[in-house]
Amino acid sequence: MIDALALMILGTGALVALSGAMLGTFLVLRGQAMAGDAISHAIVLGIVLAWLVTGARAGPLAVGGAALAGMLAVLAAQALAQSRLMAQDAATGLVFPAMFALGVLLINLNARNLHLDVDSVLLGEIGFVWLDTMTLGGVDLPVAAVTLALAGLANAAFLLLFWKELKLGAFDPALAAAQGFRPGLLGQALLALTAITAVAAFDAVGVVLFLAFLIVPAVTGRLVAASAAGMLAVALVSGVVAVALGYGAAMAWDVSIGGAMALATGLGLLLALAASPRAGLVAAVIRNRAVQREARIVALLAHLHAHEGTEAEAVECTREALVQHLGWPAAVARAVVLDGLDRGIVTQCDGVLRLSEAGRALARADAGRNNRLSAGVGRGGA
Amino acid sequence: MSELLSPTLITVAMAAALIGALAGVMGTFLVLRGQSLLGDVIAHASLPGVVAGFLISGGRGFLAVLAGALVSGALAGLAVQGLRRGAGIKPDAALGVVLSLFFAAGVVLLSLAQLRPGSAGLTVFLFGQAASVLRADLPAMALVVALVLAVLALFWKEFKLVAFDREAARAQGLPVAALDAVLTVLFAVTIVLGLSLAGVVLMVAMLIAPAVAARQWVRGLAPMVGLAAGFGIFAGLSGATVSALGPGVATGPVMVLSATALAMLSVLLAPERGVLGRVLGQRRTRRALRGRQVLEALGGLGRDHGDPGFGPEQGMLRAYLGAGTTRVLARLQREGLIRPAAATVPQGRTPRWELTEAGHARLAALRAEGGR
Repeated sequence: MIDALALMILGTGALVALSGAMLGTFLVLRGQAMAGDAISHAIVLGIVLAWLVTGARAGPLAVGGAALAGMLAVLAAQALAQSRLMAQDAATGLVFPAMFALGVLLINLNARNLHLDVDSVLLGEIGFVWLDTMTLGGVDLPVAAVTLALAGLANAAFLLLFWKELKLGAFDPALAAAQGFRPGLLGQALLALTAITAVAAFDAVGVVLFLAFLIVPAVTGRLVAASAAGMLAVALVSGVVAVALGYGAAMAWDVSIGGAMALATGLGLLLALAASPRAGLVAAVIRNRAVQREARIVALLAHLHAHEGTEAEAVECTREALVQHLGWPAAVARAVVLDGLDRGIVTQCDGVLRLSEAGRALARADAGRNNRLSAGVGRGGA
Repeated sequence: MSELLSPTLITVAMAAALIGALAGVMGTFLVLRGQSLLGDVIAHASLPGVVAGFLISGGRGFLAVLAGALVSGALAGLAVQGLRRGAGIKPDAALGVVLSLFFAAGVVLLSLAQLRPGSAGLTVFLFGQAASVLRADLPAMALVVALVLAVLALFWKEFKLVAFDREAARAQGLPVAALDAVLTVLFAVTIVLGLSLAGVVLMVAMLIAPAVAARQWVRGLAPMVGLAAGFGIFAGLSGATVSALGPGVATGPVMVLSATALAMLSVLLAPERGVLGRVLGQRRTRRALRGRQVLEALGGLGRDHGDPGFGPEQGMLRAYLGAGTTRVLARLQREGLIRPAAATVPQGRTPRWELTEAGHARLAALRAEGGR
């Protein structure tokens, strides 16, 4: 039975997943996944500073201030890296932990007034989103969900408006720049939206779990789909499914809802790793077997061709010879011979294997190609 | 003030110094190998191990937590490798995936553990808390530090080559993959050791910041390792002391801010490499260049007019060389390289300038020196 409470939690979670997947797709394509990590940590300082200056923990000022801090972390790291005093990864690892540490320290010092404890900064409290609601059109909605919906709408608008440019910037930044699309500017906008979305998601899932919704579904999409649109679709679906599964698991085993939802995004990834037609393990195994089968057929043809018409033909052109001389397991030898018979390139008579006309032609073609190749190698080496 | 020197503080300070030193040493390798963010991933990913260690052993014992964190940290490192090599996922995406999923698993386990008695202190591993370090843990801690340093010393030459020049290491027939694995385990041990003080989220900074700071001052691996260890000890001691001053101030953030301050000061102040040094050097170069421009103009105009004493007017020089010329003229006059060509300036005109003997000599010297 799904009650209003569950609906609020599920809806908020789904909004985190949707708005995260939209940005994550392009962050992953651009190789900026860890910028998402830096941003989501750095916004904590922004949230505390915005509160210290304006006294507001929500609203456009707080969101803007926090998002600015997130952007600042990325830009400061870029500037440090450009000074050539340290590498990009060291600069990132220097800036955002420091900003996060300062944020945590300020929370520690102002804990009584800020109503924000450091554990919820990391973990979020999606189970408590119903505590802070607002009425919109006669319906009670969690404030976190409304903020997230606005951020999600902004992300969707950004993607719709700049779809072509984002794609070009992600796959071929040099061409995008040559055509005057300013991929750098678009990248900054992407980071700014990431910061805004991280702030919106902050109350629900905290800073680290947000990263799971940002990156994992997008990587899942990357494994499954070949196009940006396909990747985005997979990311959106797998993110929302993870929210539902995670909620179910959290209810069943009485564990952290946000943690379970974030962890469930990993299920989609595992599934993609195993079963994706492009990059999955199963597909790779099938491909490997097909390649291996072809290689064995070629070896069989070459073997028969080499001994055809010789005295040793009666000994060499048998299944036993394949096992003993080529070192194939008996089952493999049997399967390869059957395959050859099925294809009509091998015939069998009294246990002796012979090439058919078609098989001989293939074997000659293979031998000719190999000779040309080795001749080419010889020339190249000379 | 007697509170300041309490046995607790001494314990915490010793632990913080040990951790700071080890983090500085190992961080140097992390930074030089361009794997700074792998440290972040291993640190975040040790959370599920910490909690699992607690759940399995039934207590917050140092060794149980250490072992659990080590296992999950090492698993995370392997998972990053597997995702990159096996599935062809980009490095940054692999890091992000492993970090967030392991951390999520840690959050789930943490919520499970909180149903058990005696779990109240587990969340200190998020940010670290000085008070969580017990005096009884110190010998084990020191032993681990000594072990890591011993391994490092034993394979010093090999690690050095792998850190600076992997291709050369491979060409010399060193087992690069095995050395990588050993280093990753040493990183994990270092991170895990620091968790109780710095916490899973911030431990990465204790690795990176001292190493980045040291890199600004010295060249060479051995001096860098030594200086980074020193910076790490300073950050640890200051973190322990400051967090003992105020109640509820987590140790991790203070240690991290102290280490980061050291890094930023080094970036600003270090000679040669430092930002300040570079800016000053640029200014010096620019001044020298401007001075030479004016000397060249005075000397050149004199030559063109067939009169070494030809004194061009200041207004003309300004039109020729730009607005800052007046200041440069004043400086050159102070240095005795130029002098007014006439005692009085006619109404409505600007002063005329000519090279002194010293000015001619300087110009000749500059020209002889070539481009410099």
